[in-house]
Amino acid sequence: MTVARRWNTLQANRQQRLQRTAEVLGNDLQGKLFPPQRIGDCLHVVLETGDRVCLEGNNQKQADFLAKALTRLDAARVHDLHMLQSVLALPEHLDVFDKGIASKLDFSFSGPQAARLAKLVSAGKLNIGAIHTYLELYARYFVDLTPRVALVAAQSADRAGNLYTGPNTEDTPTIVEATAFKSGIVIAQVNEIVDVLPRIDIPAGWVDFVVQAPTPHYIEPLFTRDPALISEIQVLMAMMAIKGIYSEYEVKRLNHGIGFDTTAIELLLPTYAASLGLKGKIASHWALNPHPALIPAIEAGFVESVHSFGSELGMEDYIRARPDIFFVGADGSMRSNRALSQAAGHYACDMFIGSTLQIDLQGNSSTATLGRIAGFGGAPNMGADARGRRHASPAWLKAGREARAGSNQIPRGQKLVVQMVETFREHMQPAFVEKLDAWQLAEQANMAIPPVMIYGDDVTHILTEDGIANLLLCRSEEEREQAIRGVAGYTPVGLARDKRMVENLRDRGIIKRAEDMGIDKRMATRDLLAAKNMKDLVRASGGLYQPPKRFRNW
Amino acid sequence: METLVYRFEQGQRKLGSAAQLVGVVSSGNLEVLVQSLDLQSACEIEVNTAAVGFGVIWQAVMNDFNQRWQLADCRIAINDMGATPAVVSLRMDQAIEACLEQAK
Repeated sequence: MTVARRWNTLQANRQQRLQRTAEVLGNDLQGKLFPPQRIGDCLHVVLETGDRVCLEGNNQKQADFLAKALTRLDAARVHDLHMLQSVLALPEHLDVFDKGIASKLDFSFSGPQAARLAKLVSAGKLNIGAIHTYLELYARYFVDLTPRVALVAAQSADRAGNLYTGPNTEDTPTIVEATAFKSGIVIAQVNEIVDVLPRIDIPAGWVDFVVQAPTPHYIEPLFTRDPALISEIQVLMAMMAIKGIYSEYEVKRLNHGIGFDTTAIELLLPTYAASLGLKGKIASHWALNPHPALIPAIEAGFVESVHSFGSELGMEDYIRARPDIFFVGADGSMRSNRALSQAAGHYACDMFIGSTLQIDLQGNSSTATLGRIAGFGGAPNMGADARGRRHASPAWLKAGREARAGSNQIPRGQKLVVQMVETFREHMQPAFVEKLDAWQLAEQANMAIPPVMIYGDDVTHILTEDGIANLLLCRSEEEREQAIRGVAGYTPVGLARDKRMVENLRDRGIIKRAEDMGIDKRMATRDLLAAKNMKDLVRASGGLYQPPKRFRNW
Repeated sequence: METLVYRFEQGQRKLGSAAQLVGVVSSGNLEVLVQSLDLQSACEIEVNTAAVGFGVIWQAVMNDFNQRWQLADCRIAINDMGATPAVVSLRMDQAIEACLEQAK
């Protein structure tokens, strides 16, 4: 005789957890709300040893109160948690491993904690399941890494437990959806509890417990770059990008990486790009966080639409005043969504352009450095050809044509993936190398494959102060290598170029120098920047942009 | 401090303008002074640099510069405070372009 299988064990387990929590919190539990001093009691009974726990560690917004509470748990009662996090940003995110409360980690990006993460791994205190790109990790929340308990952060809640996540919505909808609809438990920390929310971002029916944190959650102004720190070389490279790529391919829909190289491009749109007659022809639709450096281009009428992964501190009032450009709710404040913006950047953008630290002779690019496990974040989703894309655009078609010219492959398009890098980084560290540090890191940290940020076969152009290498037009591995050497400047990789072959590539337009593009280098000065400092950005916004204190240097 | 001197013979292009100074001597930057002078069609470049031990790279930067411009009867003095090769090339090109513009 067979025993009838029970099909609702997850639901039953969820009910047990809710019941235990109700008993422990007693009268302190008012509906879904309980006071912050009871968070330890709540977590001790909600969590079970071995649980998969998704802690909202975002790119910007951090569930910092809940992260701290986790570190104070009694490891004798709760241990071997399996943490799921898109970003490890706070020390607490690793303290749980140090204290033996958690033992396994699946994540995406860990830049701020990269060195300590590497140490904990080698000390055997932490087991990495895998390092993911953002979309990849979110996808697994719905397949084989579904959270049992989610700990998220919202701006405010009402008394029923509805949440307003506001401009920094980021990962919250994705995490809550995966957890709530697979009979998991959702706990939200909020900055305030109010009678009426500006809008409902997460309905109360998907939320089990709400706790008001004693201090507002932390948000990192990750994408703010002070224009005062942009160099003339960066201006020159931005000119080459605009004239040699944006204009050449009529790139209208795009994503910019983080850093000063792309900030310079944003600040050259209303000046240099406008002088080339490119307004309305390039850079109109974006998947981008609300970079303050985009304000002059928005004000100049270059930009039609911006969908964002997260928000940026200080941009709230400016965004509210430009609802035609940004995605805002009926209440007027922005709503971001990292998963959807990542999908938008992957499928609906014609170009990704971003910086990197190292590029090898195949064009593989990596930000991995020895002794640090930093992960990936979103760049690989942006910086990869979308093989599932079918709709056409001029940029996509042209890139596809170039890659297939002279072959009898069926026509299709290709995404432009541009790596922009100065040939030497600070302290004369060459950005071009024969072998990526990623190989050594893979060995040190026992990874199956070296952590490559963007694979060479996805990279279409490499842009340095030395010129642009168009890898789409290369017809052999040797040509590709020489095209890369040909823009690697005076690095050892660049000096080892085959000069005749590089000149041949230049004749064929595979390598283009600034002078080949008709760029007057005398114009490459900071005068070309639409904003030269933070104050200029504030002025361009009509006083609506309010930079965080540390950027207020006037 | 290191001083490096380069001389390229048989240049083709005379600048024929007054002296030009571009750039400033500050960290990561350099100043470039360009003068016309009878050097029997040669171009002479003197580099004073704060960064010691980059002779090979300077040589390559100067070779490429000479190939780009083929200057004759030209003396260039460079005071460098650890500029990258990119900045060096940009400053030198800016100085020559400024000379050519002025001579028009």
